[in-house]
Amino acid sequence: MTVSIDKTLQTMPMAKALNAGLRQAMAADPKVLLMGEDIGKLGGVFRITEGLQAEFGENRVLDTPLAESGIIGTAVGLAMRGYRPVCEIQFDGFIYPGFNQITSQLAKLTNRSEGSLQMPVVIRVPYGGHIGAVEHHQESPEAYFAHTAGLRSVSPSTPNDAYWMIQEAIASNDPVMFFEPKSRYWPKGDVDLSGSAAPLHASRVVRQGTDATLVAHGAMVTVLLQAAELAAADGISLEVVDLRSLSPIDYEPLLESVRKTGRLIVAQEASGNVSVGSEIAATVAERAFFSLEAPVLRVSGFDVPFPPAKLEKLFLPDADRVLEAVDRALAY
Amino acid sequence: MAETDSTSPAPAVQVLAADGTVAPTASAEPYLEYLDRLTSEDHEQFYRDMVLARAFDAEAANLQRQGQLALWPPCHGQEGAQVGSGRAARAQDHIFPSYREHAVGLVRGVDLLGIIEVMRGTTHSGWDVSDPSNGNFRPYTLVIGAQALHAAGYAMGVSFDGATATGDPDTDQAVMVYFGDGATSQGDVNEAMIFAASYQTPQVFFLQNNHWAISVPVTTQSRTPLFQRGAGFGIPSVQVDGNDVLASYAVTAKHLDDARAGGGPQLIEALTYRIGAHTTSDDPTKYRTQELTDSWIARDPIVRFQAFLRNQGASDAFFQGVSTDAQDYAADVRRRTHAIADPEIGLMFDGVYSDEHPLMIEQKQWLEQYEAALDGSAS
Repeated sequence: MTVSIDKTLQTMPMAKALNAGLRQAMAADPKVLLMGEDIGKLGGVFRITEGLQAEFGENRVLDTPLAESGIIGTAVGLAMRGYRPVCEIQFDGFIYPGFNQITSQLAKLTNRSEGSLQMPVVIRVPYGGHIGAVEHHQESPEAYFAHTAGLRSVSPSTPNDAYWMIQEAIASNDPVMFFEPKSRYWPKGDVDLSGSAAPLHASRVVRQGTDATLVAHGAMVTVLLQAAELAAADGISLEVVDLRSLSPIDYEPLLESVRKTGRLIVAQEASGNVSVGSEIAATVAERAFFSLEAPVLRVSGFDVPFPPAKLEKLFLPDADRVLEAVDRALAY
Repeated sequence: MAETDSTSPAPAVQVLAADGTVAPTASAEPYLEYLDRLTSEDHEQFYRDMVLARAFDAEAANLQRQGQLALWPPCHGQEGAQVGSGRAARAQDHIFPSYREHAVGLVRGVDLLGIIEVMRGTTHSGWDVSDPSNGNFRPYTLVIGAQALHAAGYAMGVSFDGATATGDPDTDQAVMVYFGDGATSQGDVNEAMIFAASYQTPQVFFLQNNHWAISVPVTTQSRTPLFQRGAGFGIPSVQVDGNDVLASYAVTAKHLDDARAGGGPQLIEALTYRIGAHTTSDDPTKYRTQELTDSWIARDPIVRFQAFLRNQGASDAFFQGVSTDAQDYAADVRRRTHAIADPEIGLMFDGVYSDEHPLMIEQKQWLEQYEAALDGSAS
């Protein structure tokens, strides 16, 4: 960490910010416990939970058996008992063995019980590409969960949001899918420890512009900011919206931006077919139709399984792919 | 002669012979002290529970046939396993049923009209688990075996709370999860046993082997007696004659007490039989013979226990009284079923999330206005 004049403003990578946020939540509420594979002694394969088992004990940070359905299903039972479990899924592509417990049980139990059972469970999912890893380690499965009623889904893009949003997710009385953009784990950013958190589900304009609006979540926000910087050199003014929440989606800041710019490009690492970006495109077309000067365009991963790592640069949208879409939008 | 499963090399724990005489197997010996604590009133209660559950079950199946319910999963034939185990649980215990445990719900104090409401389509659960009068009986779970993990997690929480293994069986809590022979093929049941063993949870896995997973026999699901799988998880396991209510009671009471005393998870396989169809949508004549079903009807848990009670001196008046009560109970269920109101729009939206959610507010409001407009145009 760098020395800061204001001690409450610290510079740290997202991985450390998440660790600090989890520590805060655990210290604040003894019912918060962490569960996952290799998260205790090892501190998780990404070291997000490093040191927490030593600090809070083996009954608060559980090195579970290697079974994703088991982790989620027992977290459901612990939530019934009054605990607030935070589950770590080791990698995005390993979440599917837990899919039934997430979608059929965790997401539905509050509804099934007509509100008498609360399900304050957080499922942390390191997700996305750019890390050159093998199959099942670079996926973006968020659309499955954003589609599922009863779940909330969020994804921070900065260390500051990660620090605050993980605490808000844990405080939520509903299940929250917490998608951590693993390619953003290591770059540092300012975290305002004294600040107050923005609402968990608020989207936010992170760069002002006038010619077109770009929107994304997670690691793709960084790509959009790069694209906006490049476009500015060409005299094109792009506004960038960080979605932050995938379910529910906070549309108002986005619609306000589109009403101003008249153009929208949605970017995502996930495959575009039936994606979060599809939903945004449809909703903006419904609600801001007469403000649009061009069709809403999507820039997505291709509709193929995540490719071998040597092809990931071709699969994942980069600033150039975003700017190609900007050019098309501006051509209308 | 003890009841044995065709796949089982060892006799199941049995107390009552098929003719109702008291003839405990050697394997029953560790459990007999639990039977010594029972009074004749307890025996009569067991009988009443089983008869009422069967009357309820038959009435519900009839209501389905008459179009009042979408579906009915009958518990006919499994009353001995269910009443015995359900009565063995203590008040502070927590019960995670599958979806056929009507008799367990009855003995835990649940108004069984709640199950009717689920099958009628007016609710997904039918009773409030947070209401103590419902005996900590959790909502039915329809996805096979999923509840086994919930029970294991809940039991982990009981341990973390220090609410078990203090040495006081009157307050120490235990958890019991019900599932069937088909569910033993599900990953969730196996993962639940792994988590339970890892965390030495205070819980009983109560497996009702009713021999059929809809149309597939247990012999397809397992080449070994199911209770023997417990050994592979490091879980003490026993097989009991589930159509013997006394054996079911004693075995469950002991293993719940072992679990609450810090002994870790336990597995009970209760051998029983699904006399009826899987549900009212099923047709058992397509996959099993009447001769086989008849052989199990001959081992009916109620008939056997009735013979036991007669040997104990129960009067005709007692049996007649229970019979009349059961008829009255079924008639009351029928009457109240016809009076169930359809749910309001709010039921669809209000319980999806615990905290406020913009889509729920927006869509509920839209539907209410839409419906109101339709009503307006109709008048």
